[in-house]
Order: sequence, then structure tokens, then C-alpha cells
Amino acid sequence: MLYREAGDFKTSYVADSQTFPIKFDRVGYYVLLGFAFLVMPLIINDYWANSIVVPFLIYTIAALGLNILIGYCGQLSLGTGAFMAVGAYGSYKLMTAFPELNIVFVIIIAGFITAGVGVLFGLPSLRIKGFYLAVATLAAQFFLIWLFTRTAWFYNYSPTGMISAPQREVFGFAVTGPRASAVSMYMICLCFLVISAWLARNLTRGSLGRQWMAIRDMDIAAEIIGVNPLMAKLTAFAVSSFFIGISGALLFAVYLGAAEAGEAFGIDKSFLVLFMVIIGGLGSIFGAFAGAFFLIVGPVLLKLLLVNGLGWPTDLAAHLEIMIIGALILVFLILEPHGIAALWRTIKEKLRLWPFPY
Amino acid sequence: MKMTRLAATLAATMIAAGPALADTLHFPNLSYRTGPFAAGGIAFADGYADYFTLINERDGGIGGVPIRYSECETAYNTERGVECYQSIRNDSPLVLQPLSTGITYQLIPRTMEDGIPMHTMGYGRTSALNGEVFNWTFNYPANYWDGASVIINYLLSENDNSLEGKKIALLYHNSAYGREPIPTLTTLSERYGFELVTIGVDSPGQEQGSQWLQIRRERPDYVVMWGWGVMNPTAIQEAANIRFPMENFIGVWWSGSQQDVRPVGAAAHGYKALAMHGTGTDYPIYEDLRRYVIEPGKFAGTGDEVGSVLYSRGMYAAMLAVEAAKKAQEIHGVAVITPAMMRDGMANLEITEELMAELGLPDFGPAFSVSCQNHGGSGAAMIQQWDANANEWNLITDWIEPDRELIMQMAMEDSLSFATENNMTPACLN
Repeated sequence: MLYREAGDFKTSYVADSQTFPIKFDRVGYYVLLGFAFLVMPLIINDYWANSIVVPFLIYTIAALGLNILIGYCGQLSLGTGAFMAVGAYGSYKLMTAFPELNIVFVIIIAGFITAGVGVLFGLPSLRIKGFYLAVATLAAQFFLIWLFTRTAWFYNYSPTGMISAPQREVFGFAVTGPRASAVSMYMICLCFLVISAWLARNLTRGSLGRQWMAIRDMDIAAEIIGVNPLMAKLTAFAVSSFFIGISGALLFAVYLGAAEAGEAFGIDKSFLVLFMVIIGGLGSIFGAFAGAFFLIVGPVLLKLLLVNGLGWPTDLAAHLEIMIIGALILVFLILEPHGIAALWRTIKEKLRLWPFPY
Repeated sequence: MKMTRLAATLAATMIAAGPALADTLHFPNLSYRTGPFAAGGIAFADGYADYFTLINERDGGIGGVPIRYSECETAYNTERGVECYQSIRNDSPLVLQPLSTGITYQLIPRTMEDGIPMHTMGYGRTSALNGEVFNWTFNYPANYWDGASVIINYLLSENDNSLEGKKIALLYHNSAYGREPIPTLTTLSERYGFELVTIGVDSPGQEQGSQWLQIRRERPDYVVMWGWGVMNPTAIQEAANIRFPMENFIGVWWSGSQQDVRPVGAAAHGYKALAMHGTGTDYPIYEDLRRYVIEPGKFAGTGDEVGSVLYSRGMYAAMLAVEAAKKAQEIHGVAVITPAMMRDGMANLEITEELMAELGLPDFGPAFSVSCQNHGGSGAAMIQQWDANANEWNLITDWIEPDRELIMQMAMEDSLSFATENNMTPACLN
């Protein structure tokens, strides 16, 4: 009924290979974009923007990045938190060293810096695989955080070791610092997310993405058919770290405003993003959105329901929240081991036949 | 379908929770009753809540206006702290008490922008002393630099006024909190000629093997600790393991509660810590607390923290908040005060010994007064020592004054650099 393909004719290769070949999907996508860009800014309030929507957008970028590395290229990484920290400290150093530089460029350059660092720590992936690589990236996690907490240059010798984002503007609207309004924070994160998702989608279905997937599925076979594993693995690390760096820069500059490496970008961040990718669905752009929604928005909604809605004590709610989220993760993984994205695919199949299943 | 129903319920609750009750005084608490720092967070939050309950039950609120107390769980996590702040900032919170230096740093610029006072008692950004820059942040009655200076002054008095050639190790929680005293101790080490060794412990602090190995190698005369949560008992246990003399081990006031020494048992005997206020249930206020809060079962949490060090500190924080609110009502002549009025009350707060006695807390805290130039109170603290046999903290000194001249000078430098960074002109509000 919904998702009908009948009558949706494609007359060119371009039309045939587009991201949303089904009209219903395509229209839904444009409606969603229109809603996000035109309607949300009018209705969003400070609380929803700051505690739910902005972190969701930022973590989605991180999940997109990690999904490229793990889901598309099959390289397990536990260094996400540290790479986010590279983005954050990179943007901080750039913001303070070049006050005139527009924040948009600062964030993009921070992404490139992270890409460089990512490539560096991706080098071992040429020799080691799987869990061993995970341990090697774990070393990146500990080393980088140690570097950022012990080297005073990174936090401009501030006595507490905290970095704090000065105010920066885009088109005259403050997007960082305490004066930034909810709408401007929302808009800058949304723009970065939409561009990142568009980039990720198109990279993964192009030749580069096919190389990554070939490496993921069987690296020796891929090498035999002419995929350069050095290039494929390192580009995966670079692109993945680029997105993660952007999300780290946004998390620090736009959302948190002040951060310290050990507390904001610790190992738990790496696991959080990894869980997003696994729960959302490996090798799926939609999965990154679904996973981030589940793990960022879920707990806040649960807290609102339990504390504000039912009036339960905060500590009880916090403990229950951990238990419920944990249980939901288990339930999801048992019902659909391939993540929410696979669940969504099944639902879509069902919807195509609804209401006349055979 | 399930999601939409959930969303609908949420929307309904959001709307229901939205409008603020206009005729109450809202005191929020960014508490943490979960996570690795919960042991300290619970005790403080209970004390903070119970005092407000007492004021409501006994006096019917402040100046006849009932107190509305709310809690938001941060788990000592800065991201959750920001979320909590966003959820209460439009609900006219009179004063914030985040009990976390990390969250404090995050909230200082935001509260300045939103005009919400914040009281960081014995923690937070030390240079908030300078009220001309940090108009909305208060850290009376004492701050970290005071604490560091009081410890050094105490050690001076123990060593015939000379620390020449001594070696002092600072064992600190490697976060914004633990790094705060380093500038002061560095300056003091140059002035008094002792050698300072700084040793960081990564959060949460359960792993301290290498740090204590380093201490054993360095053989410091004294170890000063800036720890919190699970780091404290671990450090005291490690000190006991290497047989470091406990009387030469001094913690800041956040490393000196029952939760920190009890897990170590008899080996913790003799451990010292700063005390910024008295402890125990020997104060007249506990009669009222028992009558109005504890016996009717209106206490927060499980009620087993009553009288502990951190419970007392939470109660002290609430008491200072209530006194500031009274002051604000007096200045502005209205009973239902706004956050801006509350700020005026805090900036003109005066705590005298008579007032403390009147409130049922004689000799509990120092007498001090707050002004626009000085948001920091007196800065004096006492030294307490743990008696493992009697299971209690004993105060072993009187109030020790910090080197306020030096601290003010350092705070001025730090706050003015903050002001130039943010293009502010230091000035008093009003």
C-alpha cells in the first residue's frame, strides 16, 4: 500500500541508482528535510534543542563516521572518544589562535586534523585485524587523552586544564559561547549533519565505498581483484575520523562550551558511539541516525517520563534508566541482530504488501 | 505506534510540568545520587534537601513563601549537568549548587548570560572571588586556593614556620577540580622553599598503584590530597599499604568525610583533612531537624547520612542560601524574589556568630561577609583528624586563616584574563 513501486518508472540510469528509488521514500525525505530546516527552527524551544536535538545531531555525525570504518570497511575501532577529542582540541586551538577565522572553517579544519591523526593510528590496520586492531585503537584512546591532559599547550596553559569555547558567529548569529541561541546551535549542527550524511551516503555507494566493502567482506579477495588495501583502509580511517572530528568539534564548541579531555572524551564515549553503530545497524546510514536516537534521545525521554511525568525520585529514575536502556539493547539485539536499520527494512517490506500480505 | 504514544505522554508531561508556580521560591539541586561519586553526592544532597524541608515545615518557608525544592540527577557528568541546567533555567531557579567543578566551569558563562546566581561552596572556579568579573558566581565561605594555603599554613605552624627543604606531594584528581590548587601551591613552594611534586590520578581513581609507587620513591614529607569519590578511600588504603605515616597525609575538605576513611578501617587512624565547618549532631538545630523532618519521615534519601561531614556541608549550603534569600527579601521588600534579587542578597550576605547561634549552629562555620569585590567569604578552615577507634572526626586546630592577600592577587590576575578573553569590563552590578 505504502512503498508501492508499481507505476514508478525509471527512464535513466541516474534515476535508477538514486538514493531513494521509491517515490514514497523520496517524498518523505524531502518533507523531512523541509520540516527540519523550515519548521523546526520556528517551534523548537531551548530545552528541546539543548538537551535532545543538538546532542542527537552531533552524535549522529560521530556514528556516521564510525559506521564508515566499522560497518563499511570492517575495521574495528575503540578510539572514537579520542578522535572526538582531537576534533575538540583542534577546534579550540584554531579558535584561539585565529580569532578571525569563521567557525565553519574551524570545524572543517578540525575535521581534517582528526583525519590526519586517524590515518596515523590507522596504519597498524595494515598488519593487524579484528580484535587486535580494536586493542591498537584502544591505545590511541588512552594515548591521546593522556596527551591532552598532560600537555599544557593543548589547553593554552589554563590552570585547570579545561578548554572553553569563545563566542563565534555565523552570518551575525552567535553559534558558540553562552550567547548562542537554541535555533542557531540547531541550525549549524543540522547543516553539518545533512552535509555529512549526504557525503557519507555518496562516498559509500561510489567506487571508494565499494572498495571498503570489498575489504570488509574479504580482504585477500579484494586485493586479488585489484583493490589497494593500503588506500582503502587508510581512506576509511581518514573519512571516518574526519566525521568524528567534526562531531567532536561541534560537541565541544557548540554543545558543551567547555570540556576536559578525560571527562568528556573518555573510553565511555568510544563505547557509546560503538553501541550506536551496532544497535543502529552496521553498514547503514539510516542506522547511524537510529542508533544515535536510541542512545541519546532515549535516556532523556525516559528521564522526562519517569521524573517529570511520574514524579519518581531522581536516583531511582537514573538507576532504572540504565536498566531499561540495557534491557532494550538486549531486546533489540535478540529480535534483530542487524540493528534497527534491518528492523526498518523488514517493516518496509511488510508495508509494501500491507494490507494484503500473502 | 508505541513510540507515538510515548511521545504523546511525554508531550503531555512536558506541558503539565511547564508553568512555574509563581508563589514559591525554587531551589533546584543538581545532585548526583548515582555513579562513582554518589557516596559524596548523596550525603550532600540529603543535607541540602533536609534543611529546606525544615524551613518549610518549621517556618512555613522563607518570609512566608514556601520553598519548592527540585532535584536533577547529573551523575557528576558535565553533559548531564548541562541538560539539567537547561531543564531548570526557565523555572526561575534562585541559586544553583552543582557540587562539581567541571559543571561549574560549564555553567559560569551560561549563568552570567541568563542571570542566575550560582553558589559553589568550597569548589568551582577560585577566581570567582572577584565579583566584579564573576557577578553571578559566589564561592563563600572558602575556596580551593584558601584550602591549599590553609594546609601550608598549618604545616608551617607544625614545622616552626619553615618548610625549607621539605618535599610535599600533591595527589590530585586529574580533572579541573584536582588541578585547581596547583598554581597556589606552586607559588607557595617558591615562597617557602619546599619542593612540590604533583601526581595526578585519572578519574574515577580506583587505580593508584603507580602513583603510590612514585610517592614511595619520592619520599615526600607530606602528601596533600585533592580527591573525590572513590579516589579518597583508595588513596588512604594505598597510603596504609606503603605505611605512609597517616598524620602526614592531609586531604582537602572533599577528602575528609566518613565515606572516605571507613572503608579503610583501623589503618586510616590519624588521617587528617581540612574542615570548613563543624560536624556531628551536637548542634541545637538537630533538635528541630529531628522534630520537623526526621521523625515525621520527611527526610531525603534513606536518612542514614544525618550528621555526617557531607550532610553537614549540604545543610550549611542550604542555610547560606536561605539566609541570602532572607537578605534579598529584606533589600527588595518583596517576599517572592527573583534570581536577580537573590543575587543581591548573596552579594550582601553577612554571617555573624550571633546569627549562627540563632540558627542553631553555634561555632559551626566562620563569620564572614560578602561584598561585590569579594565573593569568597573568610576562607578560614580547620584541620580535623580521623579517630578510627572512636569512629569520629576530631577537630585538632582552631580556624586557620589563609594567605588571602596572595590569593586575592592571584584571583585578580586569573579573573581579569577571563574578562579580557570575553570582552567584559569588570564592574559591580546594582
